[in-house]
Amino acid sequence: MGLFRTLKIPFDTPFVEHEPAGRFIPITQIRNSDELSSFITDMVPLLHLEPEQARTIGYIVSELARNVIEHAESEHGAFLCAQYYKKSNSIRIGIADTGVGIKATITRSHPARTDLEAIRLALRPGITGTTSREGGTEQNAGAGLFFIKSIASINRDFFVIYSGGALYKLLKKPAGSSPRLHADPFLDRHSREEDLPAWRGTVVGADITLDRTAEFSALLDAIASTYKAAVRERVKARHKRPRFI
Amino acid sequence: MKTISIFDRAGAFAENKDTAKDIRVNGILPALNAGEDIVLDFEKVDAATQSFIHALISDVIRKLGSAALDRMSFKSCDPTIKKIIGIVVDYMQEGLGPE
Repeated sequence: MGLFRTLKIPFDTPFVEHEPAGRFIPITQIRNSDELSSFITDMVPLLHLEPEQARTIGYIVSELARNVIEHAESEHGAFLCAQYYKKSNSIRIGIADTGVGIKATITRSHPARTDLEAIRLALRPGITGTTSREGGTEQNAGAGLFFIKSIASINRDFFVIYSGGALYKLLKKPAGSSPRLHADPFLDRHSREEDLPAWRGTVVGADITLDRTAEFSALLDAIASTYKAAVRERVKARHKRPRFI
Repeated sequence: MKTISIFDRAGAFAENKDTAKDIRVNGILPALNAGEDIVLDFEKVDAATQSFIHALISDVIRKLGSAALDRMSFKSCDPTIKKIIGIVVDYMQEGLGPE
């Protein structure tokens, strides 16, 4: 994976470096938009993905890394790696930054007292730290993390997000249960923790089981209806009520 | 009528929001403001992220209202891109309102 090389720590013990092709993407630093675009172009052949799978993985990597580039204010950008697991036919993706963390960015527009409250808001559709306005700004909708959690949820995959001292983990849904999307991540089957050792920045991990990857198109239908309902609910909550005297 | 090829600007996987912004600011908005209709041509584009589509058209809808959709067409979109455009168009119209 190139951990020691990335951390610039001398490592003298002899070892056999595996060929990444078809197995993993070594830890890669992404500092700007152009580096991300090149990374995504190179990633697909490296992991030997089918077109439908490449679409899903590319989508996840793009949205996560762009969140870091645009919001994290991280001096070092994003660090990303991925590994293919043959036995489970799955890809595990990890992305970390040492930026300001979710609470610092989300509270610019929405109140959150704790890191966990901030994570909860960040996972809701249409909530962004760049504005409190419905529909986001011209460049940000506040939908990226909701889409990724939705992909994991529909595919019954694992998804975890850690920022500051809080962690939210979407638990794998048992086979046979009907996967349903929720705008509020606390309504999904999950675990959460607070008061963990503080990570200054954000870490996201996702497992995507390739032979279970739902048709992206079907997934978007579920996202569309959940998203629309969430926006309607928020707009309705702002409506003035009639005053009965 | 002005046609903009998304593939020529963003490639087969349209995800670069800076490119989307450039198309919006220097292509879509000036054309619509000049009274020209716009065709966004997705020929050869295999996939697009919601963030890309948002950066491409959300501000057009916010600035010109839903009437912009009468003068902006989306050509040769595959079914998933159609759905992503639908999601963005829907939430922009649902949410148009005061800050």
